[in-house]
Amino acid sequence: MTPAAASAQTEQQLLHSERSLYREVMVYQKRDLRCMCFTRNCRVGRQSCMDVRAPDQFVLNYTRMMMGSLYVKPQPQSILIIGLGGGTLPRALAQILPQAVIDVVEIDPAVVRVAAAYFDFHVSDHVRVTEMDGRVFVRRALRGERRYDLIMLDAFDHEYIPEHLLTQEFLREVKRLLAPGGVVAANTFSSSRLYDHESVTYASVYGTFFNLKRENRVIIAAEGPLPSAAVLQANSAIHARELTAFGVDAEQLLPLFAGRPDWNPRARILTDQYSPANLLNLGDE
Amino acid sequence: MPVLLCYLIAGWSGFFVMAVELLGGRLLAPTFGSSIYVWGAIITIFMLALSLGYLAGGRYSMHSPSVRRLGVLLVAAAVAVLPVLIWGEPMLDATSIHVPDPRFGSLLAATVLFFIPTFFCGMISPYAVRLLVTEAGSSGRHAGQLYFVSTFGSAAGTLLTSFYLVLILEVNQILLTLLIISVALGLLAVAREHRL
Repeated sequence: MTPAAASAQTEQQLLHSERSLYREVMVYQKRDLRCMCFTRNCRVGRQSCMDVRAPDQFVLNYTRMMMGSLYVKPQPQSILIIGLGGGTLPRALAQILPQAVIDVVEIDPAVVRVAAAYFDFHVSDHVRVTEMDGRVFVRRALRGERRYDLIMLDAFDHEYIPEHLLTQEFLREVKRLLAPGGVVAANTFSSSRLYDHESVTYASVYGTFFNLKRENRVIIAAEGPLPSAAVLQANSAIHARELTAFGVDAEQLLPLFAGRPDWNPRARILTDQYSPANLLNLGDE
Repeated sequence: MPVLLCYLIAGWSGFFVMAVELLGGRLLAPTFGSSIYVWGAIITIFMLALSLGYLAGGRYSMHSPSVRRLGVLLVAAAVAVLPVLIWGEPMLDATSIHVPDPRFGSLLAATVLFFIPTFFCGMISPYAVRLLVTEAGSSGRHAGQLYFVSTFGSAAGTLLTSFYLVLILEVNQILLTLLIISVALGLLAVAREHRL
């Protein structure tokens, strides 16, 4: 073994690389940590990560915050997830809620293949995957009169959320797709100029929402009134045991629900007519 | 002066085509998504319309060509964008319901919305060549200069639209601005010819 190869043993190793219609889907592993990336050496962000020794432990913090939606809607029967990645969220939800029907929409067939081969994600009677653009799926589901109790927005390309999945019109479509009392959880970034624009856009559609912030920001909004802190606390006990197995701890998660609006309310709302999201995302503030 | 106007119209039409093409992607995304084949459909239709426009523009230039008619072509291209502004959304919705496959749906939608304006834009370059060329010896130079102006215009239209205009204006506002400039430039050519 050459010295270079030896040092690569402790550095991240490329396990798999697959060219798709959209990008190169790569799987890197460093010790026990395996990640799906769309850029070489995971230079710009990791799509999904898994601890190969403990596949059920969440690695990325945002996944824990996304599961916070179960504190708002503890027993969703129908779930829609837009953006598969390594399949961390559908895998966890299928274990916690074995009766729920989970629809996953993923635009890139290569991501679906890689999730199955490297991230232990499998379709079943209850977990279905549709290879389609998320917005096209939502529009069709609306035409088909379908409704979901819980919708998770987690569609990312190598940079950020695609621009047509950030607009007021899209969020209205998502809201219409919610069953009465349904809940939407969206994974977003917490820095950059885009933060203000995204926040006011969500506020324009959902009014107030829970604003959970760590490295990422997760928005949890509802079709209907938001539950009180007491109800959240009570709901957090319902799946506590299963969630703990994934590394989701109510004591860490509950305080994040108290996050207050911290954005510029005069920022311009993103619409289908005005959505330069990727340009706005360039500038940090 | 008519020479300058010919180059100006050719350059602007290059700008116009690429700006509309980029915004076309924006307009189709809510209905058909931003998959690679949606962009493929848009580019295909623009290229197809331009190629047929070149053919038609060359033919059209054989019958009493004038700067006035060149201006009319530009006005026609601009006016053909109006339906996009007025009925764009219902047209896209109707297309996606009748042709649910996003590949052929976006191909059809791009055809309906953008074929005609792009076709008129395509007519402009060969028509302008006919107006500029006075003798066979300099025809290559004139054609080269015209390609330069028109393709440079396209580069400028692409850059300005994707880097800056979408940050400032809504898609329809940009389209309306492009349309107004086109009509103004076209009418300038029409008016100038009258005075001559």
